[in-house]
Amino acid sequence: MTPHTIIKRNAYYDSVTLMLLSRELQKLEGVQDVLVGMGTDLNLELARDLDLATDDFETLTVNDLFIAAKYDDTQISMQAIEAAFNEYLNKSAESGVDDDYQPPTLRAAIQNMPDANLVVVSVPGQYAAAEVEEALDAGLHVMLFSDNVAVEDELRLKQKAVGKRLLMMGPDCGTAIINGVPLCFANAVRRGKIGVVGASGTGTQEVTVQIHRLGEGLSQVIGTGGRDLKEEIGGLMMIQGFEALIADPETDVIILISKPPALSVAEKIYAIANTSPKPVVIDFIGGDRAAIEAAGAIACVSLEDAAHKAVDVLRGKQAKDFTEFSLPETQIDQIVATEAAKLKADQTELRALFTGGTLADEAMKLLGDRHPIYSNIPLTADMAIENLPAGGGHICLDLGEDQFTRGRPHPMIDPQTRSDFFESQVDGHTAVVLVDVVLGFGAHEDPASAVAESVRGIRQKLSVEGKDLVVIAYVCGTDLDSQGFERSVAKLEAESIIVMPSNAQAVRLTDRVLQRAAKGA
Amino acid sequence: MSVNDLFKKELKIVNMGLKSFYADFKSQNVTAVHVNWKPKAGGKKKMLDLLGRLNKSN
Amino acid sequence: MQNLIDNANKQALEIIQNGQPTLIGLGVAGEVIPGMANDLFLHAGPPVTWEKMSGPLRGAVMAGIMYEGLASTPEEAADYAASGKLRFDPCHHHDAVGPMAGVVTSKMPVWIIENKAYGNRAYCTLNEGLGKVLRMGAYGPEVIEHLNWMETVLYPLLKETIEIHGPLDLKVMIAQALQMGDEVHNRNKAGTSLLIREIAPSIVKTSFSDEDKIAVFEFLNSNDHTFLNLSMPAAKATLEPVGKVKHSTIVYTMARNGTEFGIRVAALGERWFTAPAEIIDGLYFPGFSMDDANPDIGDSCITETLGIGGFSMATAPAIVQFVGGTPKDAVRYTTDMYEITTEESQIYKLPPMNFRGAPTGIDIRKVIETQILPVINTGIAHKEPGIGQVGAGIVHPPMACFEQALEAYVNLLEDEGLLEE
Repeated sequence: MTPHTIIKRNAYYDSVTLMLLSRELQKLEGVQDVLVGMGTDLNLELARDLDLATDDFETLTVNDLFIAAKYDDTQISMQAIEAAFNEYLNKSAESGVDDDYQPPTLRAAIQNMPDANLVVVSVPGQYAAAEVEEALDAGLHVMLFSDNVAVEDELRLKQKAVGKRLLMMGPDCGTAIINGVPLCFANAVRRGKIGVVGASGTGTQEVTVQIHRLGEGLSQVIGTGGRDLKEEIGGLMMIQGFEALIADPETDVIILISKPPALSVAEKIYAIANTSPKPVVIDFIGGDRAAIEAAGAIACVSLEDAAHKAVDVLRGKQAKDFTEFSLPETQIDQIVATEAAKLKADQTELRALFTGGTLADEAMKLLGDRHPIYSNIPLTADMAIENLPAGGGHICLDLGEDQFTRGRPHPMIDPQTRSDFFESQVDGHTAVVLVDVVLGFGAHEDPASAVAESVRGIRQKLSVEGKDLVVIAYVCGTDLDSQGFERSVAKLEAESIIVMPSNAQAVRLTDRVLQRAAKGA
Repeated sequence: MSVNDLFKKELKIVNMGLKSFYADFKSQNVTAVHVNWKPKAGGKKKMLDLLGRLNKSN
Repeated sequence: MQNLIDNANKQALEIIQNGQPTLIGLGVAGEVIPGMANDLFLHAGPPVTWEKMSGPLRGAVMAGIMYEGLASTPEEAADYAASGKLRFDPCHHHDAVGPMAGVVTSKMPVWIIENKAYGNRAYCTLNEGLGKVLRMGAYGPEVIEHLNWMETVLYPLLKETIEIHGPLDLKVMIAQALQMGDEVHNRNKAGTSLLIREIAPSIVKTSFSDEDKIAVFEFLNSNDHTFLNLSMPAAKATLEPVGKVKHSTIVYTMARNGTEFGIRVAALGERWFTAPAEIIDGLYFPGFSMDDANPDIGDSCITETLGIGGFSMATAPAIVQFVGGTPKDAVRYTTDMYEITTEESQIYKLPPMNFRGAPTGIDIRKVIETQILPVINTGIAHKEPGIGQVGAGIVHPPMACFEQALEAYVNLLEDEGLLEE
């Protein structure tokens, strides 16, 4: 089949819209391969890799959109493909959104809304720094969702922001809740007295969700972006956020969340914690407990634990490590026994498929010393997924990592990627599948159904071999999230998925089942 | 306006990039405007350089 | 650098806002247009040679040659045109503008417009009407016959009319037309009506026969676009002084000759920045399609250059029937134009935009930064001479014109030592 191309000059659409479009057009009868994208070098390369490039590609600029397709011309035509393209765009035009005036530049936007105070930037990385600079120069706070921003730019922009006492949350900042308004990927939680500064998107989500479940609320949730606590950036935004929460009359307890920072950065944070008039809970996931406590802060053993401790401290209670389960031990034992009994002797392996990076990281750290786990975010280099032995082993994947999201939307937005991995990664040696189901703003409208369907499929496949498997899930959401927390849990439980009340508990239960399976059920 | 000042104000958001974020703000009745964003100067380096030279203040 | 440019642009905008285009009379091209001569034909758009001219412009030149009595058949006229005996020059180089082919020859009568604020003048031929006309490249005997009538009856009658009436304020008339559903480029019904209403008593008072007066009234009334040939020189007269403002990035000319689109920028004086004219993606009359279309042609986008015409599309929702789209689209187009212009017109107010002034003062920097191109409402001519209009639509200048201009501008500032290294 020869590829054909339609080019729409000067037609810009955001990356997520285009990726979802590609996927929709791929479903059309007769279409073998199709790619919709802007004429960037990356997309052109992708098209070439898929053997979709045509001569027209020479004329493409970054402002042009191309639809490149290979199809069976007895079943469909390029015209029909273009018609489907238009139809999809019309359907997905959010009601009223396209009717609103959409200024073409930041400057025009500020002219249109002179009291604007926050810019949320999610444009492609190579353009983001310039836009952020303009926003900061105009005196606006910034939430920078985009990644692929150079570290030199991040440093320069954060220094500028700090100099002007502005927020510059990012790059690669997925989660924040400012003045009770969820930004990008965040859960609907009540307002309250606990403030959070987080360098980890789903880590922050987990903590806010747990706080809400415990009956307390959030004053401010400030994101810093994943690189903030590295040596090169020096924790600039973590420190600025920390100090702002100390000064905030609506915040009584502060939580800091991050992967373990560079030493010099940790010291700076401890110094502030030491003199903080408000209690500080620090979860440097897997970090140095002694150092944290020496600084007068409260250390944590998990994200859930961070939430528990903050709530306890707020309520004037003593902060104790939360390492158990919400359900009584006897019930947990029962669940472990029942689930492990489903397994055959050769079913011993873990397949953890995460959409939330920090949740995956927490899982790795809680399981890592007892189970050797291969991963794309391994605890040590030798456990990189590429080193998986021929005989198999435990696998934990962060499906939101770059290598899995090339040309595909993030799995939190589009569950298809994980569905594919269910099919390819789960087999007759699998004992436990562990998944996170993230609800809230930014996430897919029904992630639970996609998981339920995948599990149904895999159980069917295994039943042919006379096998079953254990599926454990955690729903990161609240009763206020639009996807419906209860509904999501019900959908999962209907497929005999064990739904646990926190990521840590889901991981701990997984640990118990794996240990039982290893011994032989 | 410092961070602590922002905490006292109503958020007024300029969204630049993914339209879905703007739709979320709208659904919560948050004041927001969506920028119909395109790469500045179409991403053309030569034009960006020329504009940049003109942007430097006297 | 910002200050230098902003100040220059402020100056340019002041000139535009203060402009007072006024119809002061009529004259014969050869007598009133600067530099006009018997061997000189003016045309729309940037400079072009006979060899490079598109169908409609060639046809118009041939018609002009036969009208001037330099040849008696189209074949002879074509030979004459190619012979080198004729010189060609843009209308714009002679304080003139012409719609579509825009050909002006010495015998042709022209409107005379004076910008009372700065003293400069602009000229434009009288609109021939619709159908087979010179400006669409038609060259049949009926074309020449009609031009003769215009020269011998219409012109002297209207000349006397304006002498009787006195100067006519076009700025005010355009402002009124814009509030009556015209954008004074593709839709001129209101402007033409206002004109006829205004000069009717004076027409009656002229010394001509009833027969002639009736013929003139009927002709003016039959042609909705009579006013276009006044709105164009009004815009030209308003914008021309801008061409002398040093360091200003404001566009003071946009024009097409059917082969190329050209712009001129204040700081860069009389230099043209050209690129191939585009084929218009519009609505075609039954039986015609984009395959029949000539590339974009005409000086009429001098109206858009001023901020009226397509820039004011929001105020002329009926235009969307002819260019495709909805009234909402019309509003959107005008709204976009504010992003690439400098000020709002103090006199041309647009009711559907909450009476905001028309987007005025196209800045090449903004065009390139936002990648938003000026929007032009235009008629589409058949690519073969003489067939006439085959549709209407929306067209944009090529981005290349603005890019070349920006590069030239930066080089100019560099040469003057005004840029830091």
